Amino acid sequence: MHISVKCFATLAKHTPDGADRFEVADGSTVADVIATLGIPAEAVKIVFLDGVAAAPNAPLGDGCRLGIFPAVGGG
Amino acid sequence: MARLLRIDTKNRTSAFENMGAYAGLGGRALTSRLVLNEVPALCHPLGAANKLVAAGGILTGTAAANSGRISLGAKSPLTGGIKESNSGGLFAQKMAKLGIQAMVFEDKPADDAAPVVVVVTAGGVSIVEAPELAGLGTYAASEKLLAKYGSRAALMLIGPAGETCRMAASVQFTDPKGRPARAAGRGGLGAVMGSKKIKAVVVDDTDAPGVPVADKEAFKAANKRWVEILGSHPVTSQGLPGFGTAILVNIINEAGALPTKNFRFGRFDHAADISGEKMVELMNARGGKPKEGCHPGCVIQCSQTYVDEKGGYLSSGLEYETVWAFGANCLINDMDDIARLDHACDDLGLDTIDMGNAVAVAMDGGIIPWGDSKAALALLHRVGDPSDSLGRIMGNGAKFAGQAFGVSRVAEVKGQALPAYDPRAVKGVGVTYATTPMGADHTAGYAVCQNILKCGGDVNPMSKAGQVELSKNLQIATAAIDSVGFCLFVAFAVLDTADAVQVMCDQIAAVTGVKFAPEDFLALGVNTLKDELTFNNNAGFTTKHDQLPEFFSEPLSPHNTSWDFTPEELQGAKVL
Repeated sequence: MHISVKCFATLAKHTPDGADRFEVADGSTVADVIATLGIPAEAVKIVFLDGVAAAPNAPLGDGCRLGIFPAVGGG
Repeated sequence: MARLLRIDTKNRTSAFENMGAYAGLGGRALTSRLVLNEVPALCHPLGAANKLVAAGGILTGTAAANSGRISLGAKSPLTGGIKESNSGGLFAQKMAKLGIQAMVFEDKPADDAAPVVVVVTAGGVSIVEAPELAGLGTYAASEKLLAKYGSRAALMLIGPAGETCRMAASVQFTDPKGRPARAAGRGGLGAVMGSKKIKAVVVDDTDAPGVPVADKEAFKAANKRWVEILGSHPVTSQGLPGFGTAILVNIINEAGALPTKNFRFGRFDHAADISGEKMVELMNARGGKPKEGCHPGCVIQCSQTYVDEKGGYLSSGLEYETVWAFGANCLINDMDDIARLDHACDDLGLDTIDMGNAVAVAMDGGIIPWGDSKAALALLHRVGDPSDSLGRIMGNGAKFAGQAFGVSRVAEVKGQALPAYDPRAVKGVGVTYATTPMGADHTAGYAVCQNILKCGGDVNPMSKAGQVELSKNLQIATAAIDSVGFCLFVAFAVLDTADAVQVMCDQIAAVTGVKFAPEDFLALGVNTLKDELTFNNNAGFTTKHDQLPEFFSEPLSPHNTSWDFTPEELQGAKVL
C-alpha cells in the first residue's frame, strides 16, 4: 500500500523521495516506517497519523498521512 | 535593597521609594499587585489614573540563566482589563543592576505636550523633552538614542502606533545588537506609554551596584544545576536553538490546528513555505544567523537574524505567532514579505498577533485581497501616518477593524485577538484563551505543551477531558515564572524535570536570603492570578466574558471538531 510520510525539524533529512506516495507493506506499523527510514526510535517524540497522535505500534492504512517529529516547542 | 522608581509624567519629576508592601514581589506579581492597588478599575486606560509599571523579575539581573525578562503592567486599552505584557531584550537586567525593581509611570501631561525621554543611570534620573523623536519608527529612534547615550544603553520605546495611542500598540525593547526587535506586544500598553507622552526610556548600567546575592555558593550550585536542566532537554537545547519558534508551523499544521484564512481551516497548503525549517534553510543559504539569544545569560537562543536574498537585514525575533498571523491566517506564503511585515510591526510598535488578525479581518472585509502580501504591507504602513484614518483603524487591532469593516468573523476574547492555535483542535489552550484575565492569550497557560507537544504530559487535544485542570495549573505556573523573570520557554524543561521547580526555588532563596520553597512558588502564581481576577471583576468582567466567539461552534477541518465548552464549565480553570 502507499502512504504519505514526512519527517520534520532535526529529522527532516529522513523524509524519503516520493514522500507523497511511499510504498509500505500491508500491515505495516508506525514503528516499521520509522525503522525503514533509518530514524533511531528514541529520536522520535511525536507521530501524527492523519493528524492524530499515534503510538509506535499503530497500524497504517492505505493512503494515510504520517508526520514524524522530534521533541519541539515554541510559543 | 531594590527600590521603586516613580515617574510623575505630568510634572516630569521622579522619586525613589522603598518597596514597602510590595517587598518580595517581582515581574508580573509586582505589576499586577500594584495595578490592583493603585489603578482604579474603572479608569480610562489612556487617562491620568492609569499607571504603566515596568518590573524585572525576582531573579532578574543575577547570573541565573534565562532570567532577563521584563513585565509591563497596566489597565489595557484593548481589553479594559488588567494586562501583563512580557518581553526579552537588555532593559530588565540593566534596570535591576541599577537597584530598581520597577519603574512606575504615573499621571499624564497635556495631550499636546512634547514627548520625552526618561534617562536612568547610576548618577540619577533625567527627563528630557525630545520633539525630534516624535513620529519616528523605533528603528530610527533607537539609532539616534543609542548614538546619543552610548553602547551600554538599553531602550524601552514606542513607535508611531503608541504615540497615536493605537489599541494594538506594543512597547519595543532593544536586543544585544541594539535593534528594537523585542516586543511587549499584547494588550496595547504602547498606547498607555504614548498617552503619558513617554517616547523612550533609556537605562545605562555603567557603575551600577548590581544585584546582591545573599548566599553566593548556594546560588552558584543551584544555577549550575539549572543550566544543566536547560541544556539537557531536547526542546530547550536542540529544537528551539535549531529552528526558533517557527518550528511549530509544521507540527501544528500536521495536527490540523493551524488557523487558516481567518480561522476557517486547520491546515494550510503552503505551511512548509513558512516553516522554521524553511527559514533556517534560507538563513543558511543567504548569510543570516539562525541562532541568537535576546538577552545575556540566555542558553536557549531561539531568535535569529533573518535576511533577504542579498543578505540584507529583514527582521529579528521572527516568531511562530507572527509567521502564522501574517502567513496561514492571511493565506500569505511569501516568507520574506512576512519578515517585512514583522519588521514593520517592530518599527511602528504594533502587536503582530492582533495585526495579523486585523489584516485577515481586512481581507475578509474586502479591503485587500486574500494572500496579497504587498497589499498587507502597504495597509500596515498606513498606521504610521496619524492623518490616515484607515491606518488609525488598523492600528486599533482586529476587533475594532471588524467593527469598522462590518466583519462578524473576528477571533477575539475580551477584545484581544486569538493566537496561532485553533481552540477546536487544541481544546486545552482554548480554555486558557477564555479564562485567563489577559484575554485570548496562549502564553498565559500554554496547554499546547500537553495537548500537542507531549511535553509535561499527554492530554487528547480534541477531547474536553482534563483540559480545565490542565489550563488552571499552567496558568498558575506561568504567573509564577513570569514573576521570577524567567523566559517562559524554560517551562518545556521544567515540566519534564522532577527537580526543576526546587532548583528555581533554591536560586531565589540563595539570592534573597529568604526561605523559598515550591509552595511559595505556587503561591506566587496563585496570588498573582487572584489580583488579576479581582481587578477584572472590579472592572466589570463577568462569567459571560469567559467565552469564545460563536463561530467556534462550527466544525473545523480536518478533524471536524467544534468548541463545546460553556462559560460555566470553564470557571474551574480560575483560582477565584
